[in-house]
Amino acid sequence: MSNNDPIVAPVESAAADEDIIIIRDLNKWFGQFHVLKSLNLNVKKGERIVICGPSGSGKSTFIRCINHLEVHQRGEIIVDGVLLNEDLKNIEAIRREVGMVFQHFNLFPHLSVLENCLLAPIWVRKTPRQEAIEIAMEYLERVKIPEQAHKYPGQLSGGQQQRVAIARSLCMKPKIMLFDEPTSALDPEMIKEVLDVMIELAGSGMTMLCVTHEMGFAKTVADRVIFMDGGECVEEGPPQSFFNNPQQPRTREFLDQILQH
Amino acid sequence: MAVHQPLPDLPPPPSERGVWGWFRQNLFSTWYNSIASLVVGYLLVIWLGPIINWAFISAVWTGEGSDDCQPGAACWIFIQQRLGFFLYGFYPDELRWRPNLIFVLFLITVVPQFFPRAPGRKWLALFGITGLPVLAFIFINGGYFGMESVATSRWGGLMLTLILAYVGIIAALPIGVLLALGRRSEMPVIRGICVTFIEFWRAVPLITILFMASVMLPLFLPDGVTFDKLLRALIGITLFQSAYMAEVVRGGLQAIPKGQYEAAQALGLGYWRSMRLVILPQALKIVIPGIANTVISLFKDTTLVLIIGLFDLLGAVRSTLSDPAWRSVAAEGYVFVALCFWIFCFGMSRYSQNLEKKLDTGHKT
Repeated sequence: MSNNDPIVAPVESAAADEDIIIIRDLNKWFGQFHVLKSLNLNVKKGERIVICGPSGSGKSTFIRCINHLEVHQRGEIIVDGVLLNEDLKNIEAIRREVGMVFQHFNLFPHLSVLENCLLAPIWVRKTPRQEAIEIAMEYLERVKIPEQAHKYPGQLSGGQQQRVAIARSLCMKPKIMLFDEPTSALDPEMIKEVLDVMIELAGSGMTMLCVTHEMGFAKTVADRVIFMDGGECVEEGPPQSFFNNPQQPRTREFLDQILQH
Repeated sequence: MAVHQPLPDLPPPPSERGVWGWFRQNLFSTWYNSIASLVVGYLLVIWLGPIINWAFISAVWTGEGSDDCQPGAACWIFIQQRLGFFLYGFYPDELRWRPNLIFVLFLITVVPQFFPRAPGRKWLALFGITGLPVLAFIFINGGYFGMESVATSRWGGLMLTLILAYVGIIAALPIGVLLALGRRSEMPVIRGICVTFIEFWRAVPLITILFMASVMLPLFLPDGVTFDKLLRALIGITLFQSAYMAEVVRGGLQAIPKGQYEAAQALGLGYWRSMRLVILPQALKIVIPGIANTVISLFKDTTLVLIIGLFDLLGAVRSTLSDPAWRSVAAEGYVFVALCFWIFCFGMSRYSQNLEKKLDTGHKT
């Protein structure tokens, strides 16, 4: 253990001990606009959560708060025992343990696929280069593109780029993975290859929070589905009851719109 | 049964290869192209002819002095005889091996940069921006290790031009990058300082800065404190150009999509590593043409030090023109200056194009 250890937030009960993410009364404003209204969420280790909702409902903003890409104004976020506040040391400690996959992949175009995967392990985790290469190749194999390792991101298809992005995050060996609409920017025939990788990852016991419109994915892997609208958590529950027996009229309306066509 | 009878071969088409083919295709393809080619050709002959004649054919290349010069012909003896002054200024003859040595080291670090496969290219570049300036100071200035010291007032010519340009370039680029980052900082104090700095230096003509550095600065210094004139000019040029450089770099930073910053942050790289490993490599690559532009203009702006009494290449040539021993050799002098500047600026331009090609991964986000 280094002397850079982040401040550990006080643990209140034995039950909270296994919660890897604790969010209490999270509020965020963009200027006058109240985007997130008093959200609460506890995520257990290994839990897979799908967040859905209409566009503008604040779901992306919500998961971006968890690794501090968005700053919240009120409430408390504790990730892996670390309190997320303005302290850079804490923010960086959380970001080391939280991987993120973006809608637009955001690979680094000036680096090859392999170098994309090496950057953070070498510079942030201080992994020796040879070891980092081994880890990177292992994950590139897991997302089924080891043969593209020396190409540049611009030479790959969207689906391949997104799989590289997933591998790049996994190379940091994160405890939690956040997915921000990972398939929304993909052509239909590429969605499956990315979802397959995500399903495989879910099977390996990774804690996942996923903002997506892929309801099939939600039914297959989610432990819990959260429906957000207007910055509020409208309904949450296991996929069976959520899809077959939604309680709230807003949820029913949303599900009707996306499932029936 | 009809027997297949091949037709006789057609004659080969008019040649599209070779000199005549090229001429036919590019200059005489239609009647109006032919006329245009002939007119332009005629004008070239009557304009360029006398220039070539003046500069090469009837030019005087060897001789003892101005008496050997011919009217209407270039007198290159002038350049030949004064070359030492044009290259070194008043730097003592017997010590010129010192700047020569530095120049050779400079070539050793710079020339391999044009060849991507040259071994140890990166280490040479690193030496070029760190060790070389230090060595250059030790050797050219002297005063160390028993070397006779040479006052900066005696430095001059092309040597001085190169010193000003080289130090200006390697100092202005990093300062410019820091200013650009500062201007985009979220911290108001840092942003304010950077904006003020950039806007101040960019809004003042370089001539004014040089005048102020040489005339006004000494007024503010306490008595007895002297501040080398060359150093003052160097600082002035560097700060002036770094403001320009900052704006060029800022253009590149703004062209990088927000997603790149976010991805770097999400991986835990933190601010400085994100900038160094992700953002700047992309941003600087985008603005290579702009950086080359600034660097080339910096190189040429060094001629302005003439007005504060430093004899750079142009200053050295100009000052010899008033020598009564040499009359009407101004054209030769200026042609020589232009040629020297052209060689260096063209080299920088080619290098920047090389770099652009080499760094192009062919794909944008």
